[in-house]
Amino acid sequence: MARIERSSKPLSVNPLKAGQPVGGTLATLGFRGAMPLLHGAQGCTAFGKVYFVRHFNEPIPLQTSAVDPNSAILGADTNATGALATICGKSAPALITVMTTGLTEAEGTDIHRLVRTFRSEHPEHAATAIAAANTPDFVGTLESGYAETVKAIIDALVPSAESAGTRPGSAPGRVNVLASSALSPGDAEAVAELVEAFGLEPVLIPDLGASMDGHLADQDFSPVTTDGTPVEALAGCGDAAATLVIGASLHAAADRLRERTGVPDYRLDHLMGLPATDRLVTALCQIAGRDRPPPRIQRHRRQLQDALLDTHAVLSGTRIGIAADTDLLMALATLLHDTGAEVTTPIVPESAPVLSEVPAETVYVGDLETLERQGRADGVELLLGSGHAVATAERLGVPILQCGYPIWERVGLHARPRVGYRGSRDTLFELTNLLLEHREHTGGVRPYRSRYRSALTA
Amino acid sequence: MRTQEIDALLDEPSCPHNQGQKAGCARATPGAAAGGCAFDGAQITLLPIADAAHIIHGPISCAGSSWDNRGTRSTGPTMWRVGMTTDLSETDLVMGGSEERLRHAIKQAIDDYAPAAVFVYNTCVPALTGDDLEATCSSAAQRWGTPVVPVDCAGFYGSKNLGNRIAGEALLNHVIGTREPEPPADPPAGAARSHDIGLIGEFNIAGEFWHVLPLLDELGLRLLSSISGDARFRELQTLHRSEANMVVCSKALMNVARQCHERYGTPYFEGSLYGVADTSAALRGFAELIGDPDLSERTERLIAREEARIDAELAPYRERLRGRRALLYTGGVKSWSVVSALHDLGMEVVATGTTKSTEADKARIQALMGDDARMLDSGAPRTLIDTVRGHDADVLIAGGRNMYTAYKARIPFLDINQERPHAYAGYDGMIELARQLCRTIDSPIWRQVREPAPWEAAAS
Repeated sequence: MARIERSSKPLSVNPLKAGQPVGGTLATLGFRGAMPLLHGAQGCTAFGKVYFVRHFNEPIPLQTSAVDPNSAILGADTNATGALATICGKSAPALITVMTTGLTEAEGTDIHRLVRTFRSEHPEHAATAIAAANTPDFVGTLESGYAETVKAIIDALVPSAESAGTRPGSAPGRVNVLASSALSPGDAEAVAELVEAFGLEPVLIPDLGASMDGHLADQDFSPVTTDGTPVEALAGCGDAAATLVIGASLHAAADRLRERTGVPDYRLDHLMGLPATDRLVTALCQIAGRDRPPPRIQRHRRQLQDALLDTHAVLSGTRIGIAADTDLLMALATLLHDTGAEVTTPIVPESAPVLSEVPAETVYVGDLETLERQGRADGVELLLGSGHAVATAERLGVPILQCGYPIWERVGLHARPRVGYRGSRDTLFELTNLLLEHREHTGGVRPYRSRYRSALTA
Repeated sequence: MRTQEIDALLDEPSCPHNQGQKAGCARATPGAAAGGCAFDGAQITLLPIADAAHIIHGPISCAGSSWDNRGTRSTGPTMWRVGMTTDLSETDLVMGGSEERLRHAIKQAIDDYAPAAVFVYNTCVPALTGDDLEATCSSAAQRWGTPVVPVDCAGFYGSKNLGNRIAGEALLNHVIGTREPEPPADPPAGAARSHDIGLIGEFNIAGEFWHVLPLLDELGLRLLSSISGDARFRELQTLHRSEANMVVCSKALMNVARQCHERYGTPYFEGSLYGVADTSAALRGFAELIGDPDLSERTERLIAREEARIDAELAPYRERLRGRRALLYTGGVKSWSVVSALHDLGMEVVATGTTKSTEADKARIQALMGDDARMLDSGAPRTLIDTVRGHDADVLIAGGRNMYTAYKARIPFLDINQERPHAYAGYDGMIELARQLCRTIDSPIWRQVREPAPWEAAAS
């Protein structure tokens, strides 16, 4: 049971936290034909857009209600409704998520009322689904903003079983998959493929694996997301045989989905490592009514077991620092702990109840400065964190595996699957190789030159 | 190399088992052989000489499959990482151009890398076609002014062990005694007089000798040279001036120690640097042979200090390792020296491999493990696995080639041979050994690889 240690310092240096609006934006990017809209000053959107453009190497649809000094003081309601009207008029998205920011929350905006106002004023835009989420950046993190937005989208678009006449299991092959922000596009795709291997039809909510995987579409320009979870698919959630919930951050969203539909769910904190993947595969066997997974999946499990053997001698006892949002931290820490590594320095930006289960003595709530200072004190030998932590790793003189958000100076890492038997295996190999490469240069016994050795000797 | 030369090398008077019923080393059984050839043994002995070029004279396989495969370390040059071979072609052999090719190869190595010396390793094909290695090397040395040492070690001459001896012979005949050492630097005021020593068969694997060298410095023991960890050619040349030699790696290089004794009067002792007890014994060994009472006294003080320090540092590991059972399968000196190291950690050794051990090694094993010591004379994977299972061993300690045998059988494993990545020599090496043992034995992966998949468990 990990102890949670909160930082008391007034200054956050090299923040680990990204705000809720960014998280809400990310969630929205996983729906097809979607446009995220941040109700706030322009900067929230401009920065958020660059954040994801550089991370995904993709154009990112993201709009702003452009709150200015006047509207900040006199009321910005018409900025929100106006922005909705403009977006609907220009690109008629399938979905707009309108998310608050610190500014508009501080003003006291009732974002849900604004959506109702817009609906009554603009019946001509009824074809565009709209979800509203409260995502101020003075609360939570990227992860919670994402989860809040997923919940808001379920609220807005998944009808109750009574009203829609859905019945759990009436689409026997269908499986809803609530995917947390810890799942990268590569992860989401891997999960979809794993579910499909059982002959089931996954509907990922959201599906970053379909939208942000980095694919070249036929159309030359799209103002909205080009792929992702189809909004129509949400109406059928209630017919699914089961819901898989990946990530503890999505429990509130999962509760909402289950209340609405009555579809039973399987909740998994993460999908990294052998035990976690076993739990997923066991659940899929139950859902699919099979007594064992397909042969290929069984082979992948054996491959992961072999990788555990081949990597444990290097990873065992290695002191690890991880800086990530909670769900991702939980996944990475468990994977490493299960190979015998010592997660000495796990850092999260915000506390969460599930953190007590992180396999570490102490979990630190802090920033990348915490990672650096605590990591130095703990003698960490390997870091896992976003591209922001690369400089930390350099200063600590240790290698880093880049994961999470954002990664700006490398391409394609968002598409690399790290979950399931295969993704876990590849991640273990990658971590081991990082250590081996690093130790080639710096490891082992420090060379000692005898004081008797002749100066003539090279 | 002539048959009688090979026989002479195999007839090692200081090997006790040589007097017994078993003459020299047993021949390998075709179809059921394991281990390297004479070339392998010679190369592995000399490659750590860090400032020499090492040219393998033959078609590609000998170098092609083995270059950059030596886990040694150096404070300076790392020429062993540069693979050099004459890569003989069919034309070279048919047209008789292989000696000429070797001459050019030696020139290129000298021109491009300016090595302190060149070692040329003979291999099966040129040995068979009759290249005159001696003559080619000596003419090349004359022509280009760099020592060129022929090492006539064709694989078919015999075992890896024979190759070790051939390498030793090459050093004795071409290197040792060809230069005088520099006078020792002035000792700091009040410091004790220094003594010159040599090490035979210490290869600084993973830098492990750097755990020991500072202690020798502290005692005022000047290491003239080592054969051949972190060695330099010009240092090896002075080894005849050593006051005492320690033979570290079993009997393989006994010929060097004996010849140094016969030719230069250097006394020698055998020992090991693995384990606390053996490291202390090695330090005492030098003091005894040198016979300087002041050195003996300082040695005892250093041993007392180091043993106390290591004892304290080992305590937490002993806690975790006490009563754990190991199966040891390794060659020569390690078949007993590692037993002693494991005993230091409170571990039990259920059996030890003796395929490559001499009668004296076996006697030592018996002394350590008692009369019912279980000795394995086969390293076949099945035997190892069955022995681990049969005796409920917690870990297999063996050479790298057995690592995946163990892993596939879901058995914890520790690599003890020359490719290993960790430094186990000396007092600090014990900490590393204990740490690595704990890491694998206590790893959480064993449960994950041993327990059946959930669906298998449900089915049974």
